[in-house]
Amino acid sequence: MGAVGDPQWVALVGGTSEIGLAVVMALAESGRLQRVVLAGRDPDGLRAAAQLTTVVTGSAAVRLVTFEATRTATHDSVVREMFQDGDLDVVILAAGELGDADAELTHPDEAVRLAEVNYVASLSVGLRVADRFRAQGHGTLVVLSSVAGQRGRASNFVYGSTKAGLDVFAEGLGARLHDDGVRVVLVRPGFVRSRMTAGRDVPPLASDPEDVGRAVVAALRKGQETVWVPPALRAVMLTLRAMPRGLFRRLPL
Amino acid sequence: MSPEARQLVTSWGRTAATSATVVEPTDLASMRTLVHADVARGVIARGLGRSYGDQAQNAGGVVVSTHHLDRVTALDVDAATVTVQGGVRLGTLMRVVSRFGLALPVVPGTRDVTVGGAVAADVHGKNHHRDGSIGRHVTRMSLLTADGTTVDLRPEDGDRELFWATLGGLGLTGIVLDVDLRLLRVPTRWMRVDTVRAGDLDAVLAALADGDRRRYSVAWVDCLAGGARAGRGVVTAADHADPDDVSGSGAPARGARGDPPDPDPPARVGIPPWVPPHVLNRWSVQAFNSAWFRAARSRTDALQAPSGFFHPLDAVTGWNRLYGSRGLVQYQCVVPDVVALSDLLDRLRRARAPVFLAVVKRFGAGNPGPLSFPQPGWTLAVDLGADVDGLGALLDAMDERVAMAGGSVYLAKDSRLAPELLPVFYPRLDQWRDLRDRVDPSRRWQSDLSRRLSL
Repeated sequence: MGAVGDPQWVALVGGTSEIGLAVVMALAESGRLQRVVLAGRDPDGLRAAAQLTTVVTGSAAVRLVTFEATRTATHDSVVREMFQDGDLDVVILAAGELGDADAELTHPDEAVRLAEVNYVASLSVGLRVADRFRAQGHGTLVVLSSVAGQRGRASNFVYGSTKAGLDVFAEGLGARLHDDGVRVVLVRPGFVRSRMTAGRDVPPLASDPEDVGRAVVAALRKGQETVWVPPALRAVMLTLRAMPRGLFRRLPL
Repeated sequence: MSPEARQLVTSWGRTAATSATVVEPTDLASMRTLVHADVARGVIARGLGRSYGDQAQNAGGVVVSTHHLDRVTALDVDAATVTVQGGVRLGTLMRVVSRFGLALPVVPGTRDVTVGGAVAADVHGKNHHRDGSIGRHVTRMSLLTADGTTVDLRPEDGDRELFWATLGGLGLTGIVLDVDLRLLRVPTRWMRVDTVRAGDLDAVLAALADGDRRRYSVAWVDCLAGGARAGRGVVTAADHADPDDVSGSGAPARGARGDPPDPDPPARVGIPPWVPPHVLNRWSVQAFNSAWFRAARSRTDALQAPSGFFHPLDAVTGWNRLYGSRGLVQYQCVVPDVVALSDLLDRLRRARAPVFLAVVKRFGAGNPGPLSFPQPGWTLAVDLGADVDGLGALLDAMDERVAMAGGSVYLAKDSRLAPELLPVFYPRLDQWRDLRDRVDPSRRWQSDLSRRLSL
């Protein structure tokens, strides 16, 4: 993707994700995007995202790929389609849901489904993309994790556990593929104001999808592998992680 | 091609490392078999890895080292010509020919490049205003082409289109196996150097124009100095010294007595493999540039060894490591007029970019190579850390100014150009592409650069 870290060929898995699209839009500012693949479930949402991408990039060719997170049997062909027009510099894994901790507690199937969407699907697509990256000898996987994966909280522990799994997976995958020319950028946002979090109380250190987009672009340019959004969360989480469980449990989080 | 042979490949800029199967054939026959091997992502030749960007990288494909092509096969002292294989290092060749009162007609800023690499980048030196780039001095070369045959190419007859497409062709027409090169007869091994410390850009440009009288001239400009000192620099101009200069009266420079200098001495210092991050920042670079400017003294006819004049940076092994783990980007452009040059320097200064001495020099006429870089005017080269804030946007803005002026950007150093600008900077690009389609329809020769720029 060049020395400065501005990619030309990009795919977004979770093609209608607000954060994912904000990353694509931020990448478009370099004027380098030539091909954009949007893989997602909702055809109308994908078409709208494609229009937005065309307008923002000016001339990028947009390919839409139907992607259903929970149907892992189809992921081989999804990834094949993503790479159909050639190499990809960057693949962003942004498919995910927030879930509802109250519902999950009483309906375990809900929790299983959330794990399939957030964790299993990312594994399934991430490993297939990694295989393609190894073959092409380069590539950067951008994985949208969350600070929720850093500690288990009463309010969103199922969601947090899916992100914790994803986080460790991404870190290890990056270590494994480092010598193959493949990079994994791990993004850990805090609360992001989006459709997914609409109606919830906004905590301190909240950010917007655009902030995440800018942070990812900056990380690609600087060669950073872990991105906290906002950056202050790094210190906050370091403190929270060191806290005993009894004390952490009592925090109003 | 076993995947076990895969390794990370990066070049002098140490940016955008990619993984490729690196092979080091020990003879021409095994090199030829590569051309017929089933290789989905193509093959690219690699010499000493001194291009700055992704020219000699080929992610997922094959990178073939030319290091076995290491012979100087024929030297005709009377005719001042040499036949040399593509993998020979220029420094080695300089030392060999210097024993016979000869020198290379064109010497780039480092002697750690191969003959094949020099042809593929159509390198220029400090004498471009007078002697052109290396292409002007190549009388024949043999090229291993995509169909596995070896063709002899000459600048004026036979397949001369392929000859010129190979000069500056970044290895995308084939592998340069050997080259006939016209050499320069020199009176001594010494250089007679004039130095002018110039207080602003006008003075630098005047001194450079005056330096045209000399065979070699170059200016080092301080991009960080502002106000009345903007564009200040040090201009050096030189000729090969005559025997009288060396033995004559006056005050010969230090070291001028005794043995004639080795044009390829070993490096004096090395940068350790591990360098703390951000050694080169705005403040350290500014301090260095000022100290270096103040240390320069205007003087004429000083004797200097060729290595000191041509390759000051070769004295420091691994200087690229000073830029830290993110590596460096070199940007080199040429513009026809001084207004554009001055604008470009202005942009760098306004961006407060930590440029560790910009190099400015005059270019003379270009050559027929469609991808050859030099054209008449002024060339500017700067090194910047790849992690400098806003680097992409700064260089894009400089590209725009270069395009407006009708200039060009050097592909041998590129690692970030927008592909749309390629036909603007290289108006004969279509001609080159047509020729490449003729000689390599199946894209046997590919590199990260060729994919990045859709070359």
